[in-house]
Amino acid sequence: MIPELGHLALILALAMALVQSLWPLYGIAANRPAYQQVAAPAAVGHCLMLGLAFLALAWSFYVNDFSVTYVADNSNTNLPWFYRLGAVWGAHEGSLLLWMMELALWSVAVVCASRTLPREVASTVLAVMGLVSIGFLLFTLATSNPFARQFPAPAQGRDLNPLLQDPGLVFHPPMLYMGYVGFCVAFAFAITALIHGRVDAAWTRWTRPWTLAAWVFLTIGITLGSWWAYNELGWGGWWFWDPVENASFMPWLVGTALIHSLAVTEKRGIFQSWTVLLAITAFALSLLGTFLVRSGVLVSVHAFATDPSRGIYILSFFAIVVGGSLLLYAARASKFAAGTEPVSPLSREGLLLLNNLFLVVAAAAVLIGTLYPILADALGMGRLSVGPPYFNKVFVPLTAPLVLLMGAGAAMAWKRTRPNALMSRLWTPAVIAIVAAVVLTGLTVGVSGLAALAGCVLGAWAIATAFEELWRRTRGSRWMLPRQVLGMALAHIGVGVFVIGVSLVSGYGGERDVRMTPGDTVQYAGHAFVFRGVDNVPGPNYQAREATFDIYKNDRQVASVFPEKRKYDQSAQQMTESGISSGPFGDLYVSLGEPLADDAWTVRIYNRPFVRWIWAGGFIAAFGGILALSDKRYWRRRRRRARAGRSDEAADGQEVTA
Amino acid sequence: MRWRVVVPVAVLIALVGLLGYGLTRDPHTLPSAYLNRAAPTLALPSLADETQAVRLADMAGRVTLVNVWASWCVACRSEVSELAELSETTDIPVVGIDYKDTRDEASRWLRRFGNPYARIAFDESGSTGIDWGISGVPETFVIGRDGQIKDKIVGPVTAEVRRKRLVPLIEQLKAES
Repeated sequence: MIPELGHLALILALAMALVQSLWPLYGIAANRPAYQQVAAPAAVGHCLMLGLAFLALAWSFYVNDFSVTYVADNSNTNLPWFYRLGAVWGAHEGSLLLWMMELALWSVAVVCASRTLPREVASTVLAVMGLVSIGFLLFTLATSNPFARQFPAPAQGRDLNPLLQDPGLVFHPPMLYMGYVGFCVAFAFAITALIHGRVDAAWTRWTRPWTLAAWVFLTIGITLGSWWAYNELGWGGWWFWDPVENASFMPWLVGTALIHSLAVTEKRGIFQSWTVLLAITAFALSLLGTFLVRSGVLVSVHAFATDPSRGIYILSFFAIVVGGSLLLYAARASKFAAGTEPVSPLSREGLLLLNNLFLVVAAAAVLIGTLYPILADALGMGRLSVGPPYFNKVFVPLTAPLVLLMGAGAAMAWKRTRPNALMSRLWTPAVIAIVAAVVLTGLTVGVSGLAALAGCVLGAWAIATAFEELWRRTRGSRWMLPRQVLGMALAHIGVGVFVIGVSLVSGYGGERDVRMTPGDTVQYAGHAFVFRGVDNVPGPNYQAREATFDIYKNDRQVASVFPEKRKYDQSAQQMTESGISSGPFGDLYVSLGEPLADDAWTVRIYNRPFVRWIWAGGFIAAFGGILALSDKRYWRRRRRRARAGRSDEAADGQEVTA
Repeated sequence: MRWRVVVPVAVLIALVGLLGYGLTRDPHTLPSAYLNRAAPTLALPSLADETQAVRLADMAGRVTLVNVWASWCVACRSEVSELAELSETTDIPVVGIDYKDTRDEASRWLRRFGNPYARIAFDESGSTGIDWGISGVPETFVIGRDGQIKDKIVGPVTAEVRRKRLVPLIEQLKAES
C-alpha cells in the first residue's frame, strides 16, 4: 500500500511540475500576471508530492518491504537502520528520487526568496526549474521506478553494497546532489535573463547567492567524498580521477569560475554573456555528470547498474536542455551590451578574467581526460584510458598559475592598479610564503622534493595574501569587515591549506608492503609498527577479522590502530577497513592485506603527512562560502524598502576603495 | 561575436555525438596501460591450499599466460577449452587469478568445466585485480620472459584470438632468448 502511494505521489509530482512550468510560461507569453503566480504554489505542491514519495520509499526501507524490488536489492534485515536510510539513495532509482527531491527543495527556496524578486523573474525561474524536473520525473517513471514490486517477495534482501556501508554515504550523496542541483537555480536565472533580455546589476545580485550556495554544497560534497574514499576504499589515496569524481569536479571548476565572473559582472557591468554562458555550462556539466554516472558509458569504481535505454534517455534530455539553452543564448546574447572599456591586465577584473580562463581550461582538460576512452575508441585507436598520469601532468601546470594569480588578485584594485602599489602589498606575503614553506617541509620526515617545496610556497602565498588583504582593510580603524570580504579571504585560505596538504602528501607520502606475523615490528616513516595479532569480531551483518597494531615513536607508544577485514554475510564480499592514526601533521594508515601461512598477513603501511589539510582546506573554503552567503547585501532588499535612500552604490563603495 | 555562439553549440554537438557513440560501445574493452611494462606483483594464497603462495616470480624466465577469471563469470566458461589447448600446444603455463570469488564455488566450477591452469591464485578481495588494472572478467595477459606484459585480451579468449593473436605472439616470445 505505502509503495503504491509513493508511486501515485510521483505521478502527482509530475502533474504539479507540468503546472509549475507550462502555466506560468503561458502567462508570460500572454502577459497574464495571474497565470504567472501559479508557479509558486505549484512548486510547493510539487515539493510536497516528492517529499511524500521519498517518505514512502524511506518507510519501505525502514520496514524492509522486500516485495519492492529496489528495497530487496539494497537492504537486508541485518542492516542497521541508519544504513537502511542511506540505502534509500544507495543505487540508481533512489538517487534519482533524491535528485528530484532536492531540485524541488531548491524550488521552494526560490519561492521563499521570491518576494525580493520581480514577479515575472520569479515565475520564469520556477518554470524553468519545473521543466527540468519534468524531464527527470518522466525518466524515473518510465525507466527507473523505485516502487516497482516483485512477487513473490524474497525472504531476505540482497544487502546494500558493502562499499557504501559507511557513515560517509549517509551524508556524501545528498550534499553532492545539493550542489549539482543547486546549479539548476543559477541556470534558471540565466535562462530567465535570456528570455527577458536583461543582464544587469540586479540580475547578478539575485544570481550570486544561489550560485554561492550551490558551490558550498558541492565543495562540502566533494570533500566528504574524498574523505570517504580515503577511509573506506583502503588504498590510501584521496582522489583517484575516477570518471564519477571528475563528474562532480567539472561543475565545481566551472561553478568557481561563475562565482568570480558574476562578481565582475556585478561590479563593472562587463562579461555579461560570458557569465550567462558559464551558468548554462555549470548546469550542463551537472547533467553530464548524471549521464556519466547513470549510463555506464565509462567504467568506474563506483560502477552502478547500467542499462542502455537509460543512457539514451538521459543523453537526449541533456541534448534538449543544453541545446535549447544554447539556441536561446545564440538568439539573445548579442543583445547584451558588450563593455567597450578595455580591461587592463593589471586590474582585479583582468586577473579574474585570467582566473576564469584557467578554470575553464582546467575543466575542459578534465572533460577530455574523462571522455578520452570513448574518444580514442571513436578514432579507432582502441579503448585507451589515460588515468592519473595524464591528469596530474595536465592539471598541476594549470592550477599552479591559478593559485599564484589568486594571491595577486586580492591585492588588485578594480579598473587599474599601479605596479608599485602592487609590489608594496605583495612583497611581505611573498617572503612569509617562502619562510612558511621551508618550515612546513622541515616539519615533514622524508626525502625533500623541489615540487613539494614549490607547492608549499604557492599554498602559503595564497594564505599570506588573503591575510594581507584582511589586514590592509582593517587598518583604517574599521574592525567590522563585510562578511563577503571575510568569506572570500577564508575561501582563499582554504585553497592555500588544500594546496599545502596536496603538495606534502604527494611529495613526502609513501607506502610499504610487508609480510608480518604477530609480534613482528616494522620500522617505517620514523615509527615502529608492532603487529599484535588478529581477532574475530562479529558485526551486525558481517564477520570481521580485526588486527591490532601498536605504533611507537622513540620507544613511546603513540597510537594503536585496528584495521579490519570484513566479510559481509549476504554478498560474501570482502571489505577492507583501514586503521588510521591521524593527527594535524599527518596520518599513519595501516591496511590489512591477505592472510598467508602461519598466521602471517600481508600488511600495507602508508605514510600520509599533512593529509588532513586537504579536507580541512575544503571545509574552510566551504565555510568561507557560507560566511559570504550570510553577507547583509544579499538580504538587504526587503529592509531597504523600509529605509529608502541608502543606495547599493554607497555600500559597495567601501569595497571599491580597497 | 559569432564565435561566442558557434563554439558552445559545436562543443555540444561534438559531445552529444561522442557520448551517443560511446553508448553503443562496450566500455569493458580497455587495453592495459601497462603494456610493455613490468607486470604488477602477483603474490596471493593458492586457491587449492591457502597456506601455499602463488607468485608470478615462480614462473621467472618462462613465457606465461595470466588469466583472470571467476566462477560467477559466464563468459569464462567458454574460454576454458581454448586456454587448455593453448597451454598444451605451446607448452606454456597458464596462471589463473580467481577474482572476487569463494573457494567452494571456484572448486566446484573447476570440477565442472575443467582446469586449464598450472596454478591458481585466489584474489578474494580483488585488490590484485586492481593492481593489474583489469576492468572486468575475463582478462588474459601474456607475460614475456623478462616479466613484462606483452599483450592483454579483454573478454574471453576465442579460437580466433588464440590462433591469430596468441599463438604467433607466444611462439615469437619463446623464440627470443
